[in-house]
Amino acid sequence: MRKLWIWLPLALFLAFIGLFASGLFQPDDRIIHSRLVGQPLPAFTLPAGASDRPALASASLANGKPRLLNIFASWCVPCAAEAPQLMALKQAGVEIDAIAIRDARPDVDGFLKRYGNPYARIGLDARSAVQMALGSSGVPETFVIDGQGRIAYQHIGDIRADDVPMILDRLRDAQ
Amino acid sequence: MRVLLAFLLALVAVPASAQTALPPAPWADRQIPDAAQERKAKALMETIRCLTCQSQSIADSGASMAGDMRSQIRERIMAGEQPEAIRSWLISRYGDWVSYEPTAAPILWPLWAAPLLLLGLGLLLLRGRIKRRKTP
Repeated sequence: MRKLWIWLPLALFLAFIGLFASGLFQPDDRIIHSRLVGQPLPAFTLPAGASDRPALASASLANGKPRLLNIFASWCVPCAAEAPQLMALKQAGVEIDAIAIRDARPDVDGFLKRYGNPYARIGLDARSAVQMALGSSGVPETFVIDGQGRIAYQHIGDIRADDVPMILDRLRDAQ
Repeated sequence: MRVLLAFLLALVAVPASAQTALPPAPWADRQIPDAAQERKAKALMETIRCLTCQSQSIADSGASMAGDMRSQIRERIMAGEQPEAIRSWLISRYGDWVSYEPTAAPILWPLWAAPLLLLGLGLLLLRGRIKRRKTP
């Protein structure tokens, strides 16, 4: 019995080495998912983010048809990279609304002129308040909103060309 | 010489390239006039994790989103909201992860119990030793 006890510290030591090694070699996941997925969209009303698009309020997002809510900013580089994919989604008949984070209307206008405007409505969230209410932690992010105004899915980061079919599937599932 | 100059300039440059041109939110870097409220806000900000710079609290971070969070926390404290209510509002959006304050959730019970268990183990070992020394 005593002999076995002697090995206990070594066993514990090895267990810790194993624990740390697994932590060290595991890929680092720094993505923070919103806890609101599956829940209704929090209520908000935002002023218009662009001069040629109407403003955005949460109430108008629950109109029976699933849609995308894109979180973007004119100062965000990956947002420009995902612009062609959003355009493709729009051409596929998807309605896309947007929230511009920490932005100013002239900057948003310039951004949309340069990269195209796939948005039906754009709200301006100058203090990131709605972004926080949504549990979103960066730009770009895209939420799939179902017909009842619930958040069905959150896509973090830019939408790549090979993400488009998956987004369309999510929209279909949110019917 | 030019390299040195470029290096020196790089040292003083403000690292804000990937962030916005907007000025910081009104209460991001301004204290609440009421010292008691500012103390409450500060204590909360020190235990809320920055979402952009993930190993800093929002009190330490220069990220624009951290500034917006500080501003919102100060505004809500000024409106009379309790710090713990704001914390749970944030946790309901970002998960326990956003708060540095340890909770008493069941998954953490072994962690809380560990010091007691280790202390008990130490006392047991000590008792064994003392007994052995007395016997010979």
